[in-house]
Amino acid sequence: MRFLSLPALLSALCFAPCAMAEPASRDMEQSLAKSLQAVGNNRLDVALNEVDSLLKLHPNFKLAQLVRGDLLMARSKPISNFGDAPNAPADRVQDLREEANARLHRAQQQQPIAVPKYLWQLDAQQRYAVVVDTSKSTLYLYENVKGEPRYVADYYISVGKKGADKVSEGDQKTPLGVYFVDEHIPSAKLTDFYGPGAYPLSYPNEWDKRLGRNGHGIWLHGTPSDTYSRPPRASNGCVVLSNNDFTHLGKNLQVGVTPVIITNHMEWSDETDASERSSLLSSIEQWRNDWESRKTENYLAHYARDFSAGNTAFSDFAQQKRKVNSGKTWIKVKLSRLSVFPYPSQQGLVVVNFEQDYSSNNLSNRMLKRQYWMKRDGRWQIIYEGSA
Amino acid sequence: MDMFNKFGLGALVCVLISFAVPGYADDIQDANKLFKQGETSQALEKVNTFLAGKPKDAQARFLKGLIVNEQGDSAEAIKIFTDLTDDYPELPEPYNNLAVLYAGQGQYEKAKVALEMAIRTHPSYATAHENLGDIYAKMASQAYDRALQLDKSNTSTQTKLALIRDLFSKTPRTTKVATAPTTSAPVAAAPVVVASIAPAPPAAVPSKPLVVATPEPVAPKTPAKVEPVADIKAEVLKATREWAAAWSSQNSGKYLSFYAKDFDTPDGMARGAWEAQRKERIAKPKSIEVEVHDAKVHEQDNRHASVSFKQSYRASHLKTSSGKTLVWAKNDGHWQIVEERTGK
Repeated sequence: MRFLSLPALLSALCFAPCAMAEPASRDMEQSLAKSLQAVGNNRLDVALNEVDSLLKLHPNFKLAQLVRGDLLMARSKPISNFGDAPNAPADRVQDLREEANARLHRAQQQQPIAVPKYLWQLDAQQRYAVVVDTSKSTLYLYENVKGEPRYVADYYISVGKKGADKVSEGDQKTPLGVYFVDEHIPSAKLTDFYGPGAYPLSYPNEWDKRLGRNGHGIWLHGTPSDTYSRPPRASNGCVVLSNNDFTHLGKNLQVGVTPVIITNHMEWSDETDASERSSLLSSIEQWRNDWESRKTENYLAHYARDFSAGNTAFSDFAQQKRKVNSGKTWIKVKLSRLSVFPYPSQQGLVVVNFEQDYSSNNLSNRMLKRQYWMKRDGRWQIIYEGSA
Repeated sequence: MDMFNKFGLGALVCVLISFAVPGYADDIQDANKLFKQGETSQALEKVNTFLAGKPKDAQARFLKGLIVNEQGDSAEAIKIFTDLTDDYPELPEPYNNLAVLYAGQGQYEKAKVALEMAIRTHPSYATAHENLGDIYAKMASQAYDRALQLDKSNTSTQTKLALIRDLFSKTPRTTKVATAPTTSAPVAAAPVVVASIAPAPPAAVPSKPLVVATPEPVAPKTPAKVEPVADIKAEVLKATREWAAAWSSQNSGKYLSFYAKDFDTPDGMARGAWEAQRKERIAKPKSIEVEVHDAKVHEQDNRHASVSFKQSYRASHLKTSSGKTLVWAKNDGHWQIVEERTGK
């Protein structure tokens, strides 16, 4: 009998059954896993059938083509490795091997029961939230159901060639942080490279700028028409989805509204989050109350010494506030549409957004505001504030 | 032949059975002879004349398929072999040839199905098995191309599909037909096949209905004489002849001993896997004859030389002829093969 000693990667994996309603791409991944599992069970006929039916749906799925190549080649001669194509460029085989690994791990994953740590509070207008785990090549989509994030789907994604934690222009890394969908660019304005469109993200955000991080043009986008997907690390920092997934996801993204949180190590919400969250919310309420009651020094005590609002340092900011507040006979501050997102790559940092309805004896305005709160020595303080 | 050349295909077996019925054998034999001499239009004329009288005759149609293909009309050849598979679904050879023609057009799925049919009719049909292996390699290569966007000029998965030129090849099953026509169980299929297409009434068929014509060697039996101008040339030629002799005697141990430790195995196969494959392929046929013709030696230095020649290979199930180059290196006073290339 002709044998196939498929990859060490297979023997290292066990296959967990998985039953859930999922997008087509998930079925496809399960089908790929099934095929590779059949290889592990020495059922090359089953493996080939599975991969053939998969390729009927997605003929451009290169990883499946590679598996098919191996399965066919094994009927002709013994093969010794995954992607045993003669004269194959090693880097491309390696890319597909990594994709196989990423997808197999994804196929084994159960549907998440917990909620990501990064979604403490969604505002009612944010119908969906996106969390990307670069280490798992996965984008998770959550729906806002009466303020509670509920898992909808997850998708295989590609990130930067050099991985995550972008620092500077051209480093080919995907940034880690709390971002928002800034814009929608339809395919008509793009080349085929981006597939059905793109959603630029708000990198670099206020925190990135504070840390001196630069670069631009970090987008969520689709895939060129000649391939179903790209390797796990393929982009110059963008988050890339297969086109079906992109289209499906795009229906749920709101420009200027939907948060996209990118982490390289997903943390799930646990019991500490509820108490942390309520301590932050009461600090925010105290800040609002101190402002409204014109206790300016108490109000200013909520701001860290290293606070900045763009180019304004704390001392200038404090001076300005003292001056303004002293001229008020009354102030009213109402906060609404509050959303709160713990920062993935920075312990104790939280991004807070709200609509601020300010009125006073001589001035009234409404604005969308963003604050970065940080917990230091058990105390929440504002380290950035600005309009959103 | 162009479309076969891309599969590294060489010349093929030219054996046709003849029936012990006067007239019948002569016409087909003549047509076959003309065909082998390259007189395709005359051969076609003869076959057509014959078919006018016996339009259903399997061998004549088979030969016609070969002739029209040789003339470049693969569409007509496909039609002829397809019709043959319809009329004689129990014969593996038309399926095999159909597969080779499909493969020539890049229709590997169809080729695969045809070969699977050939194997279904005769599970031990070695040519179809070998061709199927080649088809799988070709399909694999296509899949790899799609997976990795490989250069289209990548020729490393050359196949060597064999187009069967003899309807009833010199295999054990035809021999059995000849010697024991009444055998029932294990080889029942074959006699039935023969009876159904034999043109003469059974009564007229003598106890030995089939005569397998001995093939006329197309090329001279002895290797072309090359005058040894230098010792290296003579040594390399001698080594090449010994290599061919070891192969012909199916002595795989001796045959493999001609290959250097650092021999460049095809497609970078592991040495062990390659040796196992060679052993299997050498042991499988009932007989093997390898001849070396028109050998030309190119000396590189006093320890390296390559020899290019026309290799004619005849096994019990197929015959091929192809260009071959062996690169020899002298290690410890022994010439050993470090590289083996098929084709020009």
